[in-house]
Amino acid sequence: MVNRLVFENLKHRPVRTLLSAILIGVGVTMILSLVGVSRGVTGDMSERSRGTGADIVVRPPGSSVFNMSGANMLDKVVDLVRREPHVALATGTLIQPVGPLFQSIAGIRLDEFNAMSGGFRYIAGGPFTGPHQLIVDDVQARTDRLHPGSTLNLGNKWRVTGIVESGKLSRMFAQIEPLQEEYSQTGKISAVWVKVDDPANIPAVIASLQEKLDGYKVLSMDDMTSLLTANNLPMIENFTKVVIGIAVVVGFLVVFLSMYTAVLERTREIGILKALGASPGYILGILLRETVLLAIIGSIFGILMTYGAQILLRAFAPTFPMLIVKLWWPGTAALAIAGSLIGALGPGFKAAKQDAIEALSYD
Amino acid sequence: MIEIRGLTKTYRSGDIDVHALRGVNLSVAKGEFLSVVGPSGSGKSTLFNILGGLTPPTSGSVQIAGRDLLKMTDAERTDLRKKSVGFVFQKYNLLPTLTAADNIAIARDIAGNNVENDPQFDEIVNLLGIRERMHHKPRALSGGEQQRVAIARSLVNHPAILLADEPTGNLDTENSNAVLGILRDLNNRVGQTILMITHNPEAAAYGHRMVRMRDGRIVE
Repeated sequence: MVNRLVFENLKHRPVRTLLSAILIGVGVTMILSLVGVSRGVTGDMSERSRGTGADIVVRPPGSSVFNMSGANMLDKVVDLVRREPHVALATGTLIQPVGPLFQSIAGIRLDEFNAMSGGFRYIAGGPFTGPHQLIVDDVQARTDRLHPGSTLNLGNKWRVTGIVESGKLSRMFAQIEPLQEEYSQTGKISAVWVKVDDPANIPAVIASLQEKLDGYKVLSMDDMTSLLTANNLPMIENFTKVVIGIAVVVGFLVVFLSMYTAVLERTREIGILKALGASPGYILGILLRETVLLAIIGSIFGILMTYGAQILLRAFAPTFPMLIVKLWWPGTAALAIAGSLIGALGPGFKAAKQDAIEALSYD
Repeated sequence: MIEIRGLTKTYRSGDIDVHALRGVNLSVAKGEFLSVVGPSGSGKSTLFNILGGLTPPTSGSVQIAGRDLLKMTDAERTDLRKKSVGFVFQKYNLLPTLTAADNIAIARDIAGNNVENDPQFDEIVNLLGIRERMHHKPRALSGGEQQRVAIARSLVNHPAILLADEPTGNLDTENSNAVLGILRDLNNRVGQTILMITHNPEAAAYGHRMVRMRDGRIVE
């Protein structure tokens, strides 16, 4: 019976119910979108690292797996690695940040990179043949509406020669030597990618390289990709906590205001229930059930809006892949419900403590 | 059924003590239909609120079905409203979001009484003539129909007494007569004890007995 009253109360004020649920949903969407983007971006980085075809990666001392850019090691490290027993292929790459935030060009030696990764699959155009020429992947091409012959302004003007399928190291590729010269990084690289003759020899090669390259990070691809998770990004983790906090506070405020208004509006009804013998707990229970239902509706809206955010990102920012992290649904909904319940407690206690005679005389 | 001795009620309004009841003595027998009349400010509504357990008395003795209201805690007075007293108000006081049937059902739910098949209650619904209107919300019911639903709600838990506060105050003559007729019928058929507060002498005449209040006392 109480459930029917709760449902009818929410139905009685459809606009308020809808707005409250949407606002609770915004908090849910904020959390799920942030988690989805952080998982999507790290997952994409991991996939593109594997796309190199390498078994081992060598990074300079003090570097992070999340930041592949920078040129802090000498090109001659590649030769040292090549001389190592069981190393079948080794190639150095330079990841050079260019243009606006998060954009970078991978400087590669095309023949070596193709040999290791299995080669680019061209959707249009072909490989670069000189300086200031770019191969871009399909995601970048879609974002910047590029095609072979397009010019891209990344501080300097670059001409696109080919569009390739995504999934190999970077979104934009150029010849390494002109790129090194252009950015005063001659003879310097960001990483060495290593392929061994037999996967069984990976540990031995790593051990040997670690001995010879003191301080350098020598990681198997499995180890590297296992580190490429959002949980290993303290900045993202902290940011997620902040967003969760904001979402809970938003849920709290929305429900507090909504329920406070509802309690004022329903003063007389609360008086009627009290006259019928409803205890303070019974009245509080009605409001809390109403809140839980509102928060559940809000959470469903929030989850649906997360799909909307994913569609929008795909359309307007495809370089930021977003995953739908279903595992976070129950926890996020629980947070929304918890924040909402805290918000409902104040108005709920106000209603429960209402004097029946005063409430009945309220117009 | 109701024994009131030396009942006083003083409440504070701003800095002033208002003596709403100044020593009321009254006995109401089981199955009696008593009308309480008096002008505004005579203490009728205060008496109604105390008998209904909506507010505690200041002093004196008030026994309802053997229970002393003076010694009751808030929780016990809530229990009294739940099980022993039924209210009928001037403004009907139905929950606007629920149908007539649900307005009655929620009173049953609050009392923890989930008996669906109750032949005596079915008889009351028939007597009130609201069976066909049970699935309508209050806004779709006339004043007379709303008051009948309120009467049905007040009786759903078989209370020891039915307290009616100006039950015809918002009704036209025809509906007033119908509602008063129903109250008298209920009293005659099922022996429901009724205490009705009114300032209308014609309405008061429907009761077996009438007492008059003035300045917080029963004067005749």
